[in-house]
Amino acid sequence: MEQKNNSLLIYTIFYFLFLYIPVLFLPLFSFNDSNYMSFPLSGFTFRHYEDMWSKAPVFRALWVSIKVGVIASVVSTVIALMAAKAFTKYKFIGSRVSYAAVLLPFLIPEIILAVSLIVIWLSLGFKLGLVPVTIGHILFCTPFCMLILISRIEGFDSSLEEASRDLGENAWGTFWKVSFPLYLPGIIASLLLGFIISFDEFILAFFLSGSDPTLPMYMWNQLRFIKKLPHVLALGAIIIVATTFVVLLAYWLRNLGQAKNKDFKI
Amino acid sequence: MNEKYIEVKNVSKHFDKVKAVDDISVEIKEGEFFSLLGPSGCGKTTLLRLLAGFEYPTKGSLLIDGIDVTALPPNKRPTNMVFQNYAIFPHINVEKNIRFGLRKLGLTKLEKNQRVEEVLSLVKLEGYEERYSNQLSGGQRQRVALARALVRRPKVLLLDEPLGALDKKLRDDMQLELRNLQKSIGITFVFVTHDQEEAISMSDRVAVMNEGQIQQLSQPNELYKNPNNIFVSDFIGETNFLNGKTNEKHGDKIDVSIESLGNFQVDNRLNISANTNDIVCGIRPEAMMISREIQSDWDISLPAFIKQTSYYGEMTRFYVEVKGIDQVLTVSSQHFDNQSFKTGECFISIGLEDIVLLNKK
Repeated sequence: MEQKNNSLLIYTIFYFLFLYIPVLFLPLFSFNDSNYMSFPLSGFTFRHYEDMWSKAPVFRALWVSIKVGVIASVVSTVIALMAAKAFTKYKFIGSRVSYAAVLLPFLIPEIILAVSLIVIWLSLGFKLGLVPVTIGHILFCTPFCMLILISRIEGFDSSLEEASRDLGENAWGTFWKVSFPLYLPGIIASLLLGFIISFDEFILAFFLSGSDPTLPMYMWNQLRFIKKLPHVLALGAIIIVATTFVVLLAYWLRNLGQAKNKDFKI
Repeated sequence: MNEKYIEVKNVSKHFDKVKAVDDISVEIKEGEFFSLLGPSGCGKTTLLRLLAGFEYPTKGSLLIDGIDVTALPPNKRPTNMVFQNYAIFPHINVEKNIRFGLRKLGLTKLEKNQRVEEVLSLVKLEGYEERYSNQLSGGQRQRVALARALVRRPKVLLLDEPLGALDKKLRDDMQLELRNLQKSIGITFVFVTHDQEEAISMSDRVAVMNEGQIQQLSQPNELYKNPNNIFVSDFIGETNFLNGKTNEKHGDKIDVSIESLGNFQVDNRLNISANTNDIVCGIRPEAMMISREIQSDWDISLPAFIKQTSYYGEMTRFYVEVKGIDQVLTVSSQHFDNQSFKTGECFISIGLEDIVLLNKK
């Protein structure tokens, strides 16, 4: 008999436990009938959720985050789509350098990005608020969006666009009738992921938002008061579920049609 | 019929320093099945893409039916293309793929419907209108690509190795079908392939290309029987090349000494100069005869030794050594198979009319 080696399986299990157990504490304690995050659990309750539901600032912050998230993800996706198209289609002088330049916000520490933005913004004489937050988020989301879109566009057969030109469409018509529908899963994935990144983002918002808190900032503010902890837990639990759902949707959409394409290519 | 339906005038296409197409001029007739044949990287696909408008020439001009199309984008040219991988739009069904090219033609709804119906029956795809590309076989995709291009009634149909992805049996069927289709609709076809059998069996004329230039432009049988140079002779079919030397000229004949075979008088179609070593003599494997006994009624008959054989069913290849020739000659025979010879001893015979004299360079 061959000895079965389970070490990789055990490693994998430990890895996932390590990764997800802390995250699962949040929903767990959000249903715990106590103001403190400690064991033993003292009973099941929806109280914290009701508590959260009754607080107007939560919804104000949520609305701010949604506005910023939608604008940032749409603008980032448009910029990223144009960049991704250029990088996959053309080999131009400086293409590697500009590719690296677009990806840079992805790599440099966010706090440095935040500090440099605040310095520029204030020295230009503008006020802090949601406009600089949105601009910061666009800067920060664009590399993620571009990587998603490049992975979509790279697997795309360029002869389809040539076929469209050959069949009488001009460049604009070709984009809308052929390229766009085929990129669409990638574009939606990029929108969703851009939104999630902006929605989760704290450091840029913290530096640039002035008096209009986004949702993560609101939560951070509440954490300073022990009594307010439970409704933040409830909020956190909801955000985890919603985020997981959106990210899964984004990945599913990104891969949608690619299996079909593989089969299509010869 | 217009003899100069497509005119390629001194066209070059350079990619950086690579001359993909190097000063080519060629005229293609109306209604002709014209093939561009050559190994990969010879420039045949680039020339096709220049005709389609996907590339613009570095130098020279292109005319189709008397109109200069050199600077026109693909959507303004009277050409349509069948792509190597077919490029069927995967997000729309067969019928919409076919209708795609009709939108900008200014046809009425009735005319469009008529054309779609017509072309579907032409490529025998009735009943497949609702299918998507991933629900079609390779052969069906090929028909869709063909239908999508033909429905626009182009002046010229460009085909970029359209049969390359199909298996052998299907490819043979499609060759015949494509040929018949072209004859029945009468559209000029420009067909790119690296497969010499395909080019020879389908085309009215073939341009053999290498290194960005046309090596020879002839009817298929001319290419096979009277190649202009070593490249064409080697690329179309198979050839044994023997070194030799020319001697005295006699009108359109010339004396040659071929290594170890002796002195002979052969045709000098290419008007090769006398007294030069820069020649080779090409002999096709199928032009030689292999036998157990010497054949005294042939011009040349020599003892040889069979080194190896390969059996192909319809014929057998013999790889033989001849005394004094330091290369293995290939002889093919339909009459004898590899069981016919008890020992390696044999005779090979050659007729003088089958020796093709070529320049070495």
